[in-house]
Parts: sequence; C-alpha cells; structure tokens
Amino acid sequence: MKFINYLQSIAGVGIFPMISLIMFFIFFSVLLVWALRVNKEYITDMKNIPLDNNNETTQL
Amino acid sequence: MEIEKFQYDNKIVKQFAFATILWGLVGMLVGLWVSLELIFPTLNIIPMTAFGRLRPLHTNAVIFAFVGNGLFMGVYYSLQRLCKARMFSDKLSAIHFWGWQLIIVSAALTLPFGITTGKEYAELEWPIDIAIALIWVVFAWNFFGTIIKRRERHLYVAIWFYIATIVTVAVLHIVNSLEMPVSFLKSYSLYAGVQDALVQWWYGHNAVAFFLTTPYLGIMYYFIPKISERPVYSYRLSIIHFWALIFLYIWAGPHHLLYTALPDWAQSLGVVFSVMLIAPSWGGMINGLLTLRGAWDKVRESVVLKFMVVAVTAYGMATFEGPMLAIKKVNSIAHFTDWVVAHVHIGALGWNGFLTFGVLYWLVPKIFQTNLWSNKMANWHFWLGSLGILFYAIPMYWAGFTQYLMWQEFTAAGFLRYPNFLETVTQLRPMYIMRSLGGVLYLTGFVLMAYNLIKTVKAGKLLENEDAEAPALEKVYVKHGSEHWHRVIERKPIQFMILSLVVILIGGMIEMVPTFLIKSNIPTISSVKPYSPLELQGRDIYIREGCYVCHSQMVRPLRFETERYGEYSKAGEFVYDHPFQWGSKRNGPDLARVGGKYPNSWHYNHMMDPTTMSPGSIMPTYPFLLDKEIDTASTPAKIRAMMKLGVPYPEGYDKIANHDLMIQAQTIADNLKMDKIETVSDREIVALISYLQKLGRDLKVYHLINDKQAKK
Repeated sequence: MKFINYLQSIAGVGIFPMISLIMFFIFFSVLLVWALRVNKEYITDMKNIPLDNNNETTQL
Repeated sequence: MEIEKFQYDNKIVKQFAFATILWGLVGMLVGLWVSLELIFPTLNIIPMTAFGRLRPLHTNAVIFAFVGNGLFMGVYYSLQRLCKARMFSDKLSAIHFWGWQLIIVSAALTLPFGITTGKEYAELEWPIDIAIALIWVVFAWNFFGTIIKRRERHLYVAIWFYIATIVTVAVLHIVNSLEMPVSFLKSYSLYAGVQDALVQWWYGHNAVAFFLTTPYLGIMYYFIPKISERPVYSYRLSIIHFWALIFLYIWAGPHHLLYTALPDWAQSLGVVFSVMLIAPSWGGMINGLLTLRGAWDKVRESVVLKFMVVAVTAYGMATFEGPMLAIKKVNSIAHFTDWVVAHVHIGALGWNGFLTFGVLYWLVPKIFQTNLWSNKMANWHFWLGSLGILFYAIPMYWAGFTQYLMWQEFTAAGFLRYPNFLETVTQLRPMYIMRSLGGVLYLTGFVLMAYNLIKTVKAGKLLENEDAEAPALEKVYVKHGSEHWHRVIERKPIQFMILSLVVILIGGMIEMVPTFLIKSNIPTISSVKPYSPLELQGRDIYIREGCYVCHSQMVRPLRFETERYGEYSKAGEFVYDHPFQWGSKRNGPDLARVGGKYPNSWHYNHMMDPTTMSPGSIMPTYPFLLDKEIDTASTPAKIRAMMKLGVPYPEGYDKIANHDLMIQAQTIADNLKMDKIETVSDREIVALISYLQKLGRDLKVYHLINDKQAKK
C-alpha cells in the first residue's frame, strides 16, 4: 500500500501539499520572526498577568 | 479610568476540587483492584467486577472524573483571575458541575453492567455521549462568556491552551462518537474496521493530547509562575510551544496502529509527526522548569512546588518516550505489552496526578483562608507518591520487555521458544505484584492528602466570593502604532478559537479523508461475509464483556506473530466490524485467527473455567454465559442498524434473522452434544462460540477457493 497510488488518483493533487506546506511554512515563519522581534515591554506585560493581583496575598 | 469592584467565585472551584479528590480515590481504587485481578484471578468474582468490565471503568474514572474535575478546578480558578472577571454565569457553572458529576455516575452505572460501545476511552453509550456534548457546550459558553466580559485586554498563554482544549475535545468527541443507536443503551459505531480504528486512535491519542495535556499545560503556565512568584521563563517560547504543539499533536494518532492493517502512508504520517512532537513538548517542559530558575530554594521548602517539579519532569519523560515509542521498531516491542501501560502511568500518576496534587495543596488552603493542616503529611504524600510511581513504572517496563522477548524468541530449529502464550503471562506475576505495591503506595499518599485537606477545610472558612477590583476595559482600544497580527488575535478570543480550530482540523482531515474516500485504501476480500445473526449476537457479548481489553484481533506482519497466530491481518477482513476490536494490550493471546483452532467444546469448557483448558490461566470465568439466554428480541433491530450502516444483508433479512440464528445455534448445540456437552441452543455461550469460530474463517475460505482454482 504505497501512498503514491492514492495520490495519483486525485486530479491535480500536486497543488494540495504545496499549498499546505506554503501555508504552514509562512504561518510558523511569521510566528517565529514575530516572537523573536516583539517588543520587550509587551512580553513583560504578558508575563506578569498571572502575578498581577494587588488584592491578594500570596502565601506558600 | 473607573475601577470596578467584583467578586471571584470560589465556591465552584471548591466543588470541583472536592470532586477531584472523591473521584480520584474511586478511580485509583478500581485501578488497584483490576491490577490485583491479574495476580489473583479469583477476584473476578461476579460479572460486574470482571477485568474486562472494570478496567474501562478505571481508565474512564481517572481520565474524565479525576483529571476532568481537576482541569475544571484549575480552569475555573485561573480563568477568573487571568480575565479579572467572575465566571460568566453562576448558573452555567452549577449546570456544568452537576452535569459532569451526573455523567460520571452514569458511567459508573453502565460500564460494570457491560453497557459499552467497545471503543477505548470512549466506551460510554450514546445517550451519555450526547450528555457529554451538551455539558461541554455549557462549559464552553461559560468560558467564552467570561472571556468576553474580561477586564484584562490580552489573553494570557494559559487561556490559549484552554481554548484549544475546549475546541478540540468537542471535535474529537463528536467525530469519534458518531454511532447508530440500536436501542436506548446499545449502538454501533458509524465507522467500520480500518476507518473505525483510525478515527478511534485519532480520538484516543488526542484525548491524551487535549484532555490530559493542553489544559494541564495551561494550569502549569498559570500556577507555577503564580506559586513561585516569578514570571514564566520565556513568554516567546510559550507562544511557539502552543502553536507547534496543537498543530503537530493532531496528526500523531496513527502511531497507535503501527504494523496493523492501517495503510502504510497513514502509519508513516503518524510516525513523522509523533517524532517532531518532541520539540514543542520539551520546549514546554523546559519553560516550566526554568521558570523556577533562581528559586530552587523555594522548591526545597514548598511541598507544592516539589509536586509541580516532579509533574513537569514526568511530562518531559513521557513526551520523550512518546516519540520514541512511535518509531516502528521500538513500537513493535512496546505495542500490546506492559511498556505502554508504564508509559501512560508516567503521564497519569506523574504529570496529571502530581500537578493536580500541587494545585490542590496550594488552592484549598487559599480559598479556605487558612494554612495547610500538616506540611509534614503533605511531604509524606510527596515521597509515597514518588516511590509509588517508581514501583509502578519500573516493573511494568520490565514486564513489557520480558513479554516481548519471550514472544519473539525462536529456537535454533526455527520454532517459537515459548509457543504457549500463557507462559509469557505467568512469567510476569512478580512484576504485577510489584506494580500493585506501587499502586498501594501511591493510593496511600492520596488518602493522606484527602485527610490533610479535610482537616484544612475544617480549620478554615470558605471565602465563597472573593473581592477584587480592576479598571474596566475601555471599549475603544487605541492601537500603539503598527501592530502584529498575533497581538491582535490575542485580544480576540473568537478569532483565536477559529484559528486554532483550523489548525487542528487540517491534520485530522488529511489523515482521515483519504481513508474514507479512496476505496483502494481498503482492498476488499471477496470471501469476507457479514456476520450471521448468531455471530453478531456473539460479537456483542464479546464487546459487552470487554474481551478487547485483554485480547487483540490484529496479527502484525512480523515473523514471531505469524508463526504464533497465523496469517497477518488484512484491512479487507474488517469491513463489517462496527466497531473494530483490534485491542491495544495482550493479557491473553491474539484472537484474529482463533476460528477453527479449537473445537466448540474447548470454548465451552474454557468459558466455564479457563483453567480447565489452560492451567494457570488468569482469565476470568464466565459460567453465567452457559445459563443466560441470547437476547433474540434485539436481533431484528441490530440487523436493521447494520443495514443502515451499509452491511449488505438482503432486504427484509431482519424479519427472518432469528430463524437463521436458531438453525445455526442448533448446529453448534448438536456439535457440543457429540462431545457430551448438553446445552440448550439459545444460550449466550453458543452465540459467543459462533463468533469466536468466525474469526479468521473468511480468510481461510478465500485461500481454499484460490487453491482450488490454481489446481484447475
């Protein structure tokens, strides 16, 4: 049962893996670039959301 | 900016916390009990307590009752604080809580009675499936409602993990539970054979991914920073962790079906994505552990953090092991053996268990406005639990390797060294005893925790509604210059939900759609015929008793398998199997080729008392099958349901099915009589024998016909 047999039975199948590959390549590249470049202040804000509570006392 | 005053709902958190403890106790007790049944088979006293019926109860209880309530506890606590808002509706919270407990109770009231769909981790019958879907919608409604009225603009990474959980579990549950009702408490899976297997393990694997992992990662991302009072190590890493994890996870299901009759390409796809999964999984683990950098002194002092560190470490171990197990060669060792059992318990006892305990020890004193009753006792729990995990896992790894090595050993003359399967089971007894000991240790720790927390609760007073205040969210958001899309979707929960839905759907669709649409994926075998009415009834008894829990029906194309069982299994053999019964663990031998191997009388005696036929057998006894009448009243409905699913019975066959059933049953009864066994033909044992004799028979017929033609 080779994958290629089933693939060949779909017309114009070559385009599908190309589209998905490109889509995901772009998605993850942009994500990566953004994650590395995003400004520090924003990251610090986000990081501190769980810690940010003035009305609670934290005890261990 | 106007400061708004509001209150967090701690009551619902408390309810889920208590339910977690209660069901954890039940689920683990059942687990201990079934582990003892493998050592002392006499414990399978009555049908309701037999291994095949109770083991599904154990897995369901631990996954959906213990971890389920645990995750709701974590979500309800952290979501309110991360959104700076009370839960959307107290009423919905209550419906969610009580609905979920009702589902758990109905599981406990059906599984021991043999009411099951026979699909692992999705055993609950269709009315309960519908209830689960409805309650899940209530949860989602309450969840997104809270997000919408939040006072914090951005959604913290924990919330993304929760969103992915809600969306994906809904998709998985609905797709895998599509079934054709026969009666109020009986249904057949909409899919058959290979397709059913693929859908089931796509579900099964992602139940692990999106029920046991993603919500707990969210909990990790909230509670570890919160408790250690330092922000997560890398927020950037958590973003990449999230997207990579949910994208890759959904593809990995077929690694549960390596070397089976599933088409090769689907197996390979599963392997590739499973191996890649190690990257985001370890990214997550590293992120969790490094959050504690510079705070290890706190870990030494805080039992809560100790639990969490071990939990995250166990996550790292299990997610290293997972990709390794997905490699075909390694999988051929682990599959069907106790290695897999060890692997899942590293996850369940270590990751889910310990993280839950950590959260409970921190959260219960907090909402009850007091200190933990006894830190010393909690430390005892920690050590007992850790030892329990080791005592559980190490013997199980040992048992897995032992059994594999015994299965595959050949003598110099080319025969199996251990042709009797039973030898490979009795050999494991010492390991099973050690494992139960591990279970006892772990459970003892759990009981200590329950006691400790009860004392804590008694000493404190629940702060049902916790006052909080936060500035209202401005309706109009002023952007700071140009903005990135990811930052935008972090403010938009619905778009975020849709994006994650798309991400998880792609993997599932690429795997499943070809198997459904392209016929040549499942080459049909001309001699494979639908089950006769008697065989169908027998099959339903097989499912009811949970035989699939210990017996596979899948001979892999490996020499040591074909030598032991016969020809390897083909996809075309299973086209009428609603649901498939390939199994995932062999406490007993494979049954795919059992048809015709033994006379009917052998099966009769074996079911009455397995030790008479194979001394030392650990199989439960099934004497009640000898007396119980076949439920012939259900035959027409069953045939009709099968016809609706595309099984080619002739038109109107449902009306005469019972006639055929009686004739076939009489033949078997007559045959038994020749071996001096007197039985009435309408007993369940007869139906079960007819089913067992059917297994693999059609393929033999196929070869007979081909051989004849070749001779001509």
